[in-house]
Amino acid sequence: MAELYQTQRAMRNIRRAALQRGVIGILDIGTSKIACLVLRFDGTGTFRETDGVGPMAGQVNFRVIGAASTRSRGMRRGEIDVMAETERAIRTVVAAAQKVAGVRVDHVIACLSGGRPASYGLAGEITLESGRVHEHDVARVLAACDAPDFGRGREVLHAQPVNFAVDNRSGLGDPRDHVGNRLACDMHLLTVDGDVIGNLVQCIRRCDLELAGIASASYASARAALVEDEQELGSACIDFGGGGTGVSIFVKKHMIFADNVKIGGQLVTQDIAQGLRVPLPVAERLKTLNGGVEATGRDDRDMLDLGPDASSWDGERRAVSRADLIGIMRPRVEEILEGVREVLDAAGFDSMPSQQIVLTGGGSQIPGLDGLAARILGPNIRCGRPLRIDGLAHQFTDPGFSSAVGLALFAAHPQDEWWDFETPADSYPTRSLRRAYRWFRNNW
Amino acid sequence: MPEVIDHRPNRALLPADRIRRDPAPSRLQYRLERMWLRPIWRRAVRIGVPAALAILIGGLWLADPDRRALLSDGVQQVMDKIQNRKEFQVTTMVVEGASPVVDAALRQMLPVDLPASSFDIDLAALRLQVMQLDVIESVDLRIKPGGILSAVVKEREPAILWRHARGIEILDRTGHRVASVTSRDVRADLPLIAGEGADLAVPEALSLIDAAGPILPRVRGLVRKGERRWDLVLDQGQKIMLPATGAVIALQAAMALDKAQDMLGRDITTVDLRDPSRPVLRLGMDARNTIREARGQALLGPDGKVIIPEDDKKGG
Repeated sequence: MAELYQTQRAMRNIRRAALQRGVIGILDIGTSKIACLVLRFDGTGTFRETDGVGPMAGQVNFRVIGAASTRSRGMRRGEIDVMAETERAIRTVVAAAQKVAGVRVDHVIACLSGGRPASYGLAGEITLESGRVHEHDVARVLAACDAPDFGRGREVLHAQPVNFAVDNRSGLGDPRDHVGNRLACDMHLLTVDGDVIGNLVQCIRRCDLELAGIASASYASARAALVEDEQELGSACIDFGGGGTGVSIFVKKHMIFADNVKIGGQLVTQDIAQGLRVPLPVAERLKTLNGGVEATGRDDRDMLDLGPDASSWDGERRAVSRADLIGIMRPRVEEILEGVREVLDAAGFDSMPSQQIVLTGGGSQIPGLDGLAARILGPNIRCGRPLRIDGLAHQFTDPGFSSAVGLALFAAHPQDEWWDFETPADSYPTRSLRRAYRWFRNNW
Repeated sequence: MPEVIDHRPNRALLPADRIRRDPAPSRLQYRLERMWLRPIWRRAVRIGVPAALAILIGGLWLADPDRRALLSDGVQQVMDKIQNRKEFQVTTMVVEGASPVVDAALRQMLPVDLPASSFDIDLAALRLQVMQLDVIESVDLRIKPGGILSAVVKEREPAILWRHARGIEILDRTGHRVASVTSRDVRADLPLIAGEGADLAVPEALSLIDAAGPILPRVRGLVRKGERRWDLVLDQGQKIMLPATGAVIALQAAMALDKAQDMLGRDITTVDLRDPSRPVLRLGMDARNTIREARGQALLGPDGKVIIPEDDKKGG
């Protein structure tokens, strides 16, 4: 735990240094595509009202000066499969984004979608010596949370204090300077496989980049796709990705649960390729251009040309009806949604005060998905697009880029995590100084 | 020509023939691109390398003394060719507003023989040289179209003569030297001043001479005393001593006295106005003896001593 605390603190320091230099890169390594945004932080807000970007959510102190995305390589189910291939993909996208931005990127913030995430709710409690909550008391109560046994090789990705309680007053966002005798806190802990993180760090380091932060992809996409009220009142964000579907639940502006369903859009493509006996690129094209989940009578007559690559040996061109395509896609999408339903049930989403569900990610663009999801997940469904940020080109504003945009918000305004507070041992000298100061003030 | 021709559409190029290029930059290319994005490298390559190359080539070419001579000769030839063009030739010199003596001096001062190129005539230096002549107050030198070197000269006007230990000089209105003369008779029309530092107070002397208008025929000149105040010297050994400040007003007062009572026509050697509130007159010998005679006192001799009668000496 101590080692992890030090690494995360080091990453926060790198992030701060990068912000001071003014340029930071965002690297969203997904299973089907990899995106890189280059952000410039220049202190004061540079947004213009004419761009249609208001000072929303305080995201005004940076703008995107370069963006690129390309096909991902060497990734499988949100994890790195072939390191060299992934490294090449990172090099491609970083070089392209640097070319657009015209500046060199040294520090990147990356996200991780796979790695079998596991959420834990932790609770800690201390008694207050001075009858008032001080800065070091917050750090002490965070350190007092009793960590369960994560298992071998697990690493903590997020450790966010969700709730503080002083005596019997609960639901405090910031307990500092509250008067009381007892401070309790709830912490949400997200762990992933350490090897997966290690591979990612290694891959990024081999591209001469320094890692300034790492976040869970489902957390990042929820920060971009959920509006503030949804984050406050409670909602779930479903991120339909290529290799997996991320689920995260937010309430009171904090993530309280995150998980991953291991079925994604690539499996749908694979089903189409197998069912229609077409190559994978053709299947991907059919899925993105003509895919759907609700068949109507018109779809029976809508014939799709499979193209020359899918024709038989003698050059006869084949065609399938759109209804056939929907018939292949729908069971797989339903299976994904069932998986999401199971995850939400396991998380106890039914007992949440507000049961808003937001669909985002590239897969959420399937026409009719919200209707199908409403039947399986619940009535309050909407398709979410990422928050508009300054300078982002239009082709990067579709739902598939919500985790990249969320990472940009994470880079600008990271939420408090456990490693943002000094450990009690570190704060001891300041406390003794304060005690000496108090003694002087009382006696002289 | 192959025996079987494949006529199927879109099969002109077999997939195996297509060479799939890896879109990813190689590691070296990636590192070079990132290095290129560093401003210091960009600057070094874009400015430093061309500058170093230019300096290197130029230095190598100039390392040979023959080539250096060739280069300087060529430059000199081109410069000469341009400077000796007809358009730049100065053929005549026109001097305006100068007396014949000054005219000749100016023409002699010109460092080159006309006709010459206008590049060879340094007008600023020539002007400084001309301004060293005392007689010239200002000169306007310019080269006019048509190859004319025009000098518009303004000479100093002689206003006063200054006699000092080394001779007599003519000064202008401001006290600047114009010329030297050998005797006062050369310019009898100018008033005369004398004494050390008199040239520094020429404007005051001129205004005093203006103020002495009624007695001007009697005025011999002005004498500067102690570089501080003036004495107005008249004929018949008379002089008016003027204060250091307000000399003109004091002189006007003396003129008024003279006009009212014919003061200067009487036997008075000195009018002392150094204290304007208390003018003092020094009587002449005859006047004093007349007074002494009337009082029954012994008369004074020409040396200012009392004349002792012969019989007293003898009897004493």
